Amino acid sequence: MQTINFLKPNRNNIKNYSIIGSVLILISLIDVISNAFLKINLTSFLPGSLTILFPLILGLIGLNMMRIDYSGNKTLDLLNKNINTNNFNALLTLLILFSIIKALPPSLSWMILDANISGDSKDACTGTGACWTYIKVWFRRFMYGMYPNEFHWRINTAFILVIALGFVGYFMKENLKKYLALYYVIIYPIIAYLVIYYLISGGSFGLQWVETGAWGGLSLTFIVSFFCLIFCFPLGMIFALGRRSNLPVIKYISICYIEFWRGVPLITVLFMSSVMFPMFLPEDFFMDKLVRVIIAITLFEAAYCAEVIRGGLQSLPRGQYDAAKSLGMGYWKMHIFVILPQALKLVIPGIANTFLALVKDTPLIFVVGLAELAGMLALAKTNPKWLGFAMEGYIFASIIFWIICYAMSKYSYNLEAKYKTER
Amino acid sequence: MNNILKKFLPQILAILFVVLIFGFLTINAQTNMDNRGIDFGFGFLSQESSFDVQFSLIEYSGSDSYARAFLVGLLNTLLVSFISIIFCTILGVIIGVARLSSNYLIKNSAAWYVEFFRNIPLLLQIFFWYYAALRALPLPEKADAWFGVTYMTVKGYYIPAMVWENLNVFLYCGLAAIISIIVLRNYANNLRDTKGKQVPVLLYSIALLIVLPLLSFLFGGVSLEFELPQLKKLSKISYIYEGGISLPPELIALVLALSLYTSTFVAECVRAGIEGVSKGQKEAAASVGLTPNQVLKLVIMPQALRIIIPPTTNQYLNLTKNSSLAAAIAYPDLVLVFAGTALMQTGKAIEIVSITMLTYLTISLTIAAIMNWYNKKIEIKEK
Repeated sequence: MQTINFLKPNRNNIKNYSIIGSVLILISLIDVISNAFLKINLTSFLPGSLTILFPLILGLIGLNMMRIDYSGNKTLDLLNKNINTNNFNALLTLLILFSIIKALPPSLSWMILDANISGDSKDACTGTGACWTYIKVWFRRFMYGMYPNEFHWRINTAFILVIALGFVGYFMKENLKKYLALYYVIIYPIIAYLVIYYLISGGSFGLQWVETGAWGGLSLTFIVSFFCLIFCFPLGMIFALGRRSNLPVIKYISICYIEFWRGVPLITVLFMSSVMFPMFLPEDFFMDKLVRVIIAITLFEAAYCAEVIRGGLQSLPRGQYDAAKSLGMGYWKMHIFVILPQALKLVIPGIANTFLALVKDTPLIFVVGLAELAGMLALAKTNPKWLGFAMEGYIFASIIFWIICYAMSKYSYNLEAKYKTER
Repeated sequence: MNNILKKFLPQILAILFVVLIFGFLTINAQTNMDNRGIDFGFGFLSQESSFDVQFSLIEYSGSDSYARAFLVGLLNTLLVSFISIIFCTILGVIIGVARLSSNYLIKNSAAWYVEFFRNIPLLLQIFFWYYAALRALPLPEKADAWFGVTYMTVKGYYIPAMVWENLNVFLYCGLAAIISIIVLRNYANNLRDTKGKQVPVLLYSIALLIVLPLLSFLFGGVSLEFELPQLKKLSKISYIYEGGISLPPELIALVLALSLYTSTFVAECVRAGIEGVSKGQKEAAASVGLTPNQVLKLVIMPQALRIIIPPTTNQYLNLTKNSSLAAAIAYPDLVLVFAGTALMQTGKAIEIVSITMLTYLTISLTIAAIMNWYNKKIEIKEK
């Protein structure tokens, strides 16, 4: 007896079925699109709840009619394999498609079509959409904080110099390469500090002094994460080696240090730096708030760094240690020439992730009163001339941070892939 | 001699270094406090706090002590962490499984979800929900009812409160159900091991969980009533809901941000765990005749969970620590109540910041210790 398989294609009638199926899907898509973009309800003749379900049911039937294994048509096979393996999958596919289509027009109109960017006051924002004028007017504040407008070139120059100096390693001569680690761990931080101190702070060479309280915006985020990044790495290395040490005292001091900082939230560390730290400093010794915050974050991140580096040290085969020892190398020689070069290469992706977390944590310095990007947003939000644009501000900041962090995470993936193949 | 020197010199130096640092800091702190006329001590904990807290789980007023304020903050921290952990687990498992889907659209939407929420700083997400998204909600008098009885307004989320009578009888019944499920499981495992018989434990467990509490309603004199939130007019233009439970917008914003942010990390853990079970295991299980459900339940999940649970617990810990960002939007958690308000009032910076840090440290180390014990227990013992 021949089973009648309604709505189920086979090899003979696949052509008819796929045509009917695609027409049904097309109708359902047209219905949703016209509903979303033109606000026309094509199926208004149907009773209430059916109107919403109509495209879904139609699409499901259409996808069901097209589902056949090894149809011989490459495109159809690809489609079936990827989005249409069974009814449940087809349903999810349709739901995702429809929700994207539905969400598109309101977000498009808010962000672009009905948005304003011209003018330079709140009155220019007449549309129902976003007011990008607000971002435009405040852009310099968001980037440089309260830093005087005419000196912004100093921040830019300092950043360009520091980045350029960071790339020196790529162009170093072969015979100088052995000093590379020395350069990055000791010389580079010092130079970078001097550049930032003399250019951004000023006070000498005819540059006007700008106190750190005026620093802010995204540039402050960069400064804080940059310094924490270059200082926490050597510190983390020391504690990683300490934790692997055979000497019990050093080992337990390192463990205590690492576990303590990993156990507390960054925000309490920042509170500590702002209210508790001054109590622990000698009398009449003043330390800038920014410096205190950088020290606190560095101590905090060094613990995370240490754990990552320890992972790298542990993953090296014992043979490396034994071989180095059998050549008569001492502890320091063994670590500097044999163990660390290999271990550090292994942990580069992990370190990159730690740095990513560090960059994401920097907005927290807002809670101790340093106005980086999040802090500037909070300031701008309460400005009486510009009330009511919190949404635009936070979306703008999110986009900026997202781009930075996404680029960093992609870069760390690439590094991971690169170093995976070499071993 | 040389060897002994090599062994002990660095250790002695390290101890000396640490002692020097601590000594230096202590002496400085001592002189500073003497100069400012502050004395060190924890006596302030029993003093009257005389500040109010917006939202607390236990009875609290300004006449209570600082110690009680600390407890209020701690409970609020634990509450927001607990709710967020539940939501981020549910979301994380769904997204993690979706990332392994064969469906191109689902796989990629899940991947983009992860990339999107993971790469925006948590503080910005909290601000976004609190200052931008939740502020766009309607005023109490204009709010529509969700599910008929709850109201999402700009002043918070109002849900019906449960008014129990003889709650303890109900709880005993629930406890009895749980104990009988454990007994049943042991019995079923025993039966399976000795006689090879399968008992549908899950079905019986669900039945027990429903039937026993239901009996308490019928015979135990337990009754449950819902107190619905009612709109009340305060003045000409201001309205408020009375009755029921009100969840403040700070709590909602925090839970949203924390669970969306952490769910991306949980999703990655889940994905790594399921991918970590080798394909051979699945094929081997299928080849001995297990059904797909059994393969998942008896072979894949136990092995995947072994990989998933440790990093996921780590994420829960991170979430608990991140919940301290609550202070930025004035949700009265431990940091805001204790390290914020109490510190401002007493000026006991060293004591209060240390107590706060030690509290978080205790939570972290306890969970880490439990995790280590668990890891040892489930470790694959190779023969």
